[in-house]
Amino acid sequence: MSVLELRDVVVDYERRGGLRVRAVAGASLSVESGQIAGLVGESGCGKSTLARAAVGLVKTVEGSVVFEGSDVTPLGRRGRSRELARLQLVFQNPYSSLNPRRKVGSQLADALTTLGLVPSSERAGRVRELCELVGLPPGAVDRFPHEFSGGQRQRIAIARTLAAEPSVIVLDEPLASLDASAQAQLANLLVSLSRDLGLGLLLISHDLAIVRHIADSVSVMYLGLMVETGATRPLWEHPLHPYSEALIKAIPRADGSGVLPEALPGEVPDPGHPPAGCRFHPRCPYAFDRCRSEDPPLLELADNRSVACWLQSETASGAPAERAQLVAGRDVY
Amino acid sequence: MSLLDVEGLRVRLQTADGLVTVVDGVDYRVGPGEVFGIAGESGSGKTMSMLALLGLLPDGAVVEGDIRFEDRDLLALSPTQLRDISGRDLAMVFQDPLTSLHPMLSVGLQLTEHVRRHLGLDKRAAEKRALELLEEVRIPDGEAALHAYPHQFSGGMRQRIAIAIAMACRPKLLIADEPTTALDVTVQAGILRLLDRLRRENGLAVVLVTHDLGVMSAIADRVSIFYAGRVVESGPAAAILQQPRHPYTRALLDALPHPEAARDQPLVAIPGAPPSPGRTPPGCAFNPRCSYARESCLVEVPPLLEVSGRQLACPVDPLAAR
Repeated sequence: MSVLELRDVVVDYERRGGLRVRAVAGASLSVESGQIAGLVGESGCGKSTLARAAVGLVKTVEGSVVFEGSDVTPLGRRGRSRELARLQLVFQNPYSSLNPRRKVGSQLADALTTLGLVPSSERAGRVRELCELVGLPPGAVDRFPHEFSGGQRQRIAIARTLAAEPSVIVLDEPLASLDASAQAQLANLLVSLSRDLGLGLLLISHDLAIVRHIADSVSVMYLGLMVETGATRPLWEHPLHPYSEALIKAIPRADGSGVLPEALPGEVPDPGHPPAGCRFHPRCPYAFDRCRSEDPPLLELADNRSVACWLQSETASGAPAERAQLVAGRDVY
Repeated sequence: MSLLDVEGLRVRLQTADGLVTVVDGVDYRVGPGEVFGIAGESGSGKTMSMLALLGLLPDGAVVEGDIRFEDRDLLALSPTQLRDISGRDLAMVFQDPLTSLHPMLSVGLQLTEHVRRHLGLDKRAAEKRALELLEEVRIPDGEAALHAYPHQFSGGMRQRIAIAIAMACRPKLLIADEPTTALDVTVQAGILRLLDRLRRENGLAVVLVTHDLGVMSAIADRVSIFYAGRVVESGPAAAILQQPRHPYTRALLDALPHPEAARDQPLVAIPGAPPSPGRTPPGCAFNPRCSYARESCLVEVPPLLEVSGRQLACPVDPLAAR
C-alpha cells in the first residue's frame, strides 16, 4: 500500500464576491516509500493546492487523503497528531520559510525539541548529523540563513523537515530559481534521500527535465485534474495525453541544434469557469466533437498507467493520420 | 557592420567593502537581426553588463570601456541623450513583467506613452499603433486589453505586453534579461518563437541574457559564457554547445539532466559555488572548481584567445586533455 494516497480530492477556494473556484477537481495521486513521485503542469493547474491538501494545510471538500493508513485532517486550532509530523512539506522559497534572525542550528533543533525525539544532551549532535545528511558544511549551525546560497538554503529547509523523522516529504517547486549546478546538487540529494532513507517524495516542479531525470512516476495535472499518470520513462517516451505531449515538446534542449521548442497556444483557463467537455479541448490540436461535450473518464491501463483522453478510448477513429496533419499546420507563433 | 560594439567593459559597484568589480573587461559585438546569448550562473555579471548599456546601474557605479551603439558612444552621452535612445532604438525586457509594468496604469497608456514621446504621434495614431503591437505579440482582443491593467493578465501575457511596449518604437536592439525564466515551458516556447519572428521579420537584434542553456540553444546565433565577470568562452552557439572547450562551459552542460541518461545516474554538479564579487580567487577565477586546473591556473588569468573559430580563456583544452 502507498504511504501517501490522495483519492478524488476536491479543493474549493472562495473568491471575493462569493464565487467558488474549484482549484482541484477530483485528483488522485499516490506516493510510495523510497520513490519519487513527480507532479507537473502549468502554473494555475492546481498542483500547489494539491500539495497543500496532501499535508492537510487546506481543507478538502471531497475525497480522501490517507497517510500511513490514517486520514490527514486539516490543520486546526489544536496541534496536529504526532503521527502527522512524519508528513512534511518544503516550500518553494526557503528564504521566506526560514527565520532570518535565528541561527540555522537552533532552527534545526526546533523539531527535536517540540517532538521530543532526542534527549537534550544529544540534540547538538543530531543537528550536526542533519547538516551532514543534506551536505551542509560543518560550520553551518552557527550561521544565519542569509549567509547561504539559494541551493544551500533549500538544503537547510530540507534538513529541518528531516529533523521530524518523516516518511514522506512534499516538495513544492524546490528547484525553481536555482542555477543548473545548484539544481543538479539538490536533485542528487533528493534521489539519495529517497533511496538511502526510504523516504517517499512528492516532487512538484515545472522543470520537466529534472522531473524526468529523478522521478519514478509522473502525474500530469491540468486545470484541477490528472490527465495522465504513469512510470516516468514510458510516459516521456510515449505520452498518451496531448497535454503531456505538448509539455514535453515545449522543453528546449541545450544541444546547439537551434531548434525552437513547440509552443502550446492559449493559456490555462480560469478554474472558475472551466470549459465544457474535456478541460483541455480549447487548446488541444486533436480535439473532435466528443471532446467538446463530454468529459473523458480516467482510463486505467496496464503498468499503473492512466489517461483521461477520448483519443485513447476511440483509437479506431483514424486519429494518427489526423494528428500528423494537425501538427503540420500548427505554427501560430 | 555591428550594431552594438562593446569593448573592455568594466563595471565596479559601490558596496560596504568599497568598490567591487562585477564586470571585468568584456567585449562583444551584435549585428542587425542577430541573437546574441549571454549565459552564466547568478552573480557572473550578466545583468550588470546589460544595465551598464542603458545607464541603469546603481548609484556610485563606475563604468569603464567603450560601448558603441550605431557609432554613438553610449558612455559619453548625457542622461537626456541616453533617454532619447533607450526606449526608441534600444529597448529592454526584464525577467519579471509584474515589476516592470506599472500596476496602476492601463496597458493602453503604457503602450502609447513612449510612442507619443519618441515618435511624436497624436493620441489616435498612438492607439492605432498600440493595437498593432498587441496583435503583433498575439494578445487576443486588443481593444479590451488596452483598457485592462497588468494584474488582469497571466504571466505569459504580461511578458508579451512588456515585449510589445519594448517593440513600440521599432527598436533596432532588444536587451532581454531572463525573459522566460518566470514562465511555464509552454509559454516560454511561445515567447522564444515570438522573439525569433521579430528577428526574422523586423531584423531585430537581441541580446538574450539567460542561465538556461536550452533557451540559448533554441534561438541564439552566437553566445558568450560569463564567469565571475569575465568571458571564458565565446563563439557560434552550435559550436559552443556541441563542443564546449572551456571546462566551465562543459561543466554547465554536464549539470543538465540529459534526456537519454540512464535512470539513477547522478547529475554531475559543479563542486562549490561561484565566487562572490570582490572575492574572486587569483589566477583563473574558475580554478577552485575546475578538475583540469594546473599550477599556472592558480596564478595567471588566462587571456581570451582566438582558437579555431571561437574565443577561449583556458590553457587546458578539455577536448585535447581527454
